[in-house]
Amino acid sequence: MLSKLSLKNIKKSIKDYTIYFFTLILGISIFYVFNALDTQTAMMDVSESTQELIKLMMNMLGAVSIFVSFILGFLIIYASRFLMKRRNKEFGIYLTLGMSKRKISMILFFETLFIGILSLVVGLGLGTILSQLMSIIVVNMFEADLTKFTFVFSSSACIKTIIYFSVMYLFVMIFNTISVSKCKLIDLLHGDKKSEKLKLKNTGFCIIIFIISILVLSRAYYIVTDGFLTMQDAKDILIPIMMGSISTFFIFWSLSGLILKIFKSMKKFYYKGLNSFTLRQFSSKINTTVFSTTIICLMLFVTICLLSACLTLKNSMNEGIKKFAPVDIQLTNKQNMDAPHWYDTNLSYGYNENQIKNSHIDVIEKLNIFDFEITKYLKEYIQVNIYRTPDLTLNHTLGSKLESIRTQFPFLKYDTMETIITISDYNKIAKLYGIDTYILDDDEYIILADFKSMVNTRNIALKNRETINLFGYTLKPKYDECQNGFIEMSSQSINSGVIVVSDKVVDENYLYSDMLMGNYNTTDKEEIRNIESSLNELDKSPIKNRYLIPDGTSKLSIKESTNSLTVMVTFIGLYLGVIFMISSAAILGLKELSESSDNKERFRMLRKIGTDEKLINKALFRQIGIFFLLPLILAIIHSIFGIKFAVKILEVFGTDELLPSIIMTGIFLVIIYGGYFLITYYCSKNIIKERN
Amino acid sequence: MENILKVENIEKYYGSRSSLTKAIDNLSLDVEKGEFVAIMGASGSGKTTLLNVVSTIDHVTSGHIYVGGTDITKLKGNDLNKFRREELGFIFQDFNLLDTLTAYENIALALSIQNVSAKEIDMRIKKVAEELDIESILSKYPYQMSGGQKQRVASARAIITNPKLVLADEPTGALDSKSAKMLLEKFNYLDELGATILMVTHDAFTASYARRVVFIKDGKIFKEINKGNDSRKEFFDKIIDVVTLLGGDLSDAL
Repeated sequence: MLSKLSLKNIKKSIKDYTIYFFTLILGISIFYVFNALDTQTAMMDVSESTQELIKLMMNMLGAVSIFVSFILGFLIIYASRFLMKRRNKEFGIYLTLGMSKRKISMILFFETLFIGILSLVVGLGLGTILSQLMSIIVVNMFEADLTKFTFVFSSSACIKTIIYFSVMYLFVMIFNTISVSKCKLIDLLHGDKKSEKLKLKNTGFCIIIFIISILVLSRAYYIVTDGFLTMQDAKDILIPIMMGSISTFFIFWSLSGLILKIFKSMKKFYYKGLNSFTLRQFSSKINTTVFSTTIICLMLFVTICLLSACLTLKNSMNEGIKKFAPVDIQLTNKQNMDAPHWYDTNLSYGYNENQIKNSHIDVIEKLNIFDFEITKYLKEYIQVNIYRTPDLTLNHTLGSKLESIRTQFPFLKYDTMETIITISDYNKIAKLYGIDTYILDDDEYIILADFKSMVNTRNIALKNRETINLFGYTLKPKYDECQNGFIEMSSQSINSGVIVVSDKVVDENYLYSDMLMGNYNTTDKEEIRNIESSLNELDKSPIKNRYLIPDGTSKLSIKESTNSLTVMVTFIGLYLGVIFMISSAAILGLKELSESSDNKERFRMLRKIGTDEKLINKALFRQIGIFFLLPLILAIIHSIFGIKFAVKILEVFGTDELLPSIIMTGIFLVIIYGGYFLITYYCSKNIIKERN
Repeated sequence: MENILKVENIEKYYGSRSSLTKAIDNLSLDVEKGEFVAIMGASGSGKTTLLNVVSTIDHVTSGHIYVGGTDITKLKGNDLNKFRREELGFIFQDFNLLDTLTAYENIALALSIQNVSAKEIDMRIKKVAEELDIESILSKYPYQMSGGQKQRVASARAIITNPKLVLADEPTGALDSKSAKMLLEKFNYLDELGATILMVTHDAFTASYARRVVFIKDGKIFKEINKGNDSRKEFFDKIIDVVTLLGGDLSDAL
């Protein structure tokens, strides 16, 4: 009997439940999709190291899932309380009819049960479909080849979802029971009769608070952008965050008092159509929801920053690999280790006497000693020499500007030896890499660098045309700023400086290492993996105590290690971003709908005095629109500075690809946030619709 | 004199063929320009249904209703809304003021949905506020007003559009006797200014302020009495006579 009543209740109030149901389904399907990610990778051709990464990623996502389940749990409890409120009168009638509170709790229990089961079934169904789409993204992320497309279903993720959400529903049931047992009949029956008291804020006070908030906010914006360099500690970021959050609250607080005043003074606008009504609706609502609007605004801000930053990271990392890892393999071999100027240093680094003594052989020769003939795997290769000297450190290069730079950046390592290469060697590299080559006179030098903050530092000295003394020559800078270029492969622009000099300048006594870079004669991934694993096997060779094994980097290893970071960050960012967005949009939608019964009365009055249906719909649309837009607008303004800050932090990774990721974020925002807005609008429209 | 409202043989049925309820049964009624007519009847007599069909909130089953020559039973959709906001003024028992708006804004709304300019709105509100003695409460919110004040604000909203017909549904139902008296005196004043008012009530005292009282019973007109040259007191007694004649059916009116 009770379950029948519950079923009927759900059917009857399905309109009110739309948003709740929609949120549950979305939450469940997203939860499933991200927990089922590992099964999506099963159909891909991935290396062992990637398998390891996937395991790590799943562990991370598992941890994030716990956090997400808390957010969703709160959201669901919040939503169900909203729905309870809407039905106060219904419960009141049950109570007056003599139904016990226990029975009402049972009705609610059955309702939650039905909704829970239904949402799990639909949500998991949707999640399974979405996760097939996700496969494509996953394949793209790992830059893997899709071996064959198979329909996958992760039973472990499914079970996990069911368990997590069952626990959430259990909490909902407990909360419902508590609130039913605490409620009073008089409040249930007459809860909606309370006349609303509008507290008007003092305009002057509002203006002052508004101006102060704007000033504090601008200060916070300044700190995270232009004032970025004054930040010494990671903790310092908390100050602008606090300033931003508090000023956000007070901006909404003062705006709630001001907006109406401003528009009221615009008589022509205010007394046009239903404008006065809409504005009053809005201001009466924002008055009571300043706090939640602030929370939603901040959540949206985090979402926008999270999504655009992690998508940027992904894009720029991939771009970076293409750009900064142009060849298949690069080997670096330390030479000349027993030279007097760094013999002691090498000993202190833990190299043994034999390794130091046997360091006058180039890469190819050394690998031959290890019985590994590298050249037979290579289609093309070059060899270059790198020089270093204790007489040319960053101290020397910065010249007369050293002191002023040191006060600005006290933490730079000024006694690092500069990396030196001859122009002909560098041009060999540049040709192989497909980057710019240079021409140099005997008395000139060029600094190649692309790590932004280092570039800026070095440019100070170059602008001042600092000369350097090297192996008895005095060289002047050819350009007064750093040039693009690099020697060592990486995934991003991290070249902090290479000094290019004329061939005749270098002194062979200061040879530091030699390098080999080249491309394999195969493009087959499996073969490449085999070559690289046999290179790695050298580490187990018994003669490694006598000969120092060359260091190697390969495009494949850079790609895989980069992926490990980007994929993880991207997925976690996506996961959290989408959940945050759903939560904030759902709260807004629920708030709007929970007031629709009040609104229903108001719109009925409007109809009675003969307002056009079109005008009423427009007023409703605007009312909900403003409510959704207000936190979004401030969140977007916050995000502009937030992203600027993120760009500075992520500068290392290169952030040229910001626009596409912002567009992607925009698409997410439009679909999810816009979707909630439309659903809210149509649900409210349905609720205020007059039934004839 | 010109007929503002002409109700011709209207019928309103509720329910299905097997269990038919005739809320209004072949009823005809004329209201002339500038008249103040009260409709009396017990609960279930059909008086509210009559008001609903005249106000286009409900549809008639058969018959015609003409307001200023237009057959409103033929209007549909937005024409109905247009008719409602331009030709009719409403006063409800529960005031129906928007709680989020001040008195001034509540009154202004009736004009702003007709696209009247802000300047003219202001002018007309000042005038009507003076007539109804609500100038001092224009900037107050409904929750800050007494019931009588609320009803006068609602009346101001109803007449500010210069409607052909003002419909009042138990306007004194939620008022104490003093406020009710004051409101009804205002109605008389409006009537003198030329407004046409059709008021539904079951209260004999309220009805006695009208110039004509139409009694309805079981969906039909039972009796009509005119005030003529009687004083309000004499007219009240006449109404009571009819109510007595109606017997227990209207006893709740006393």
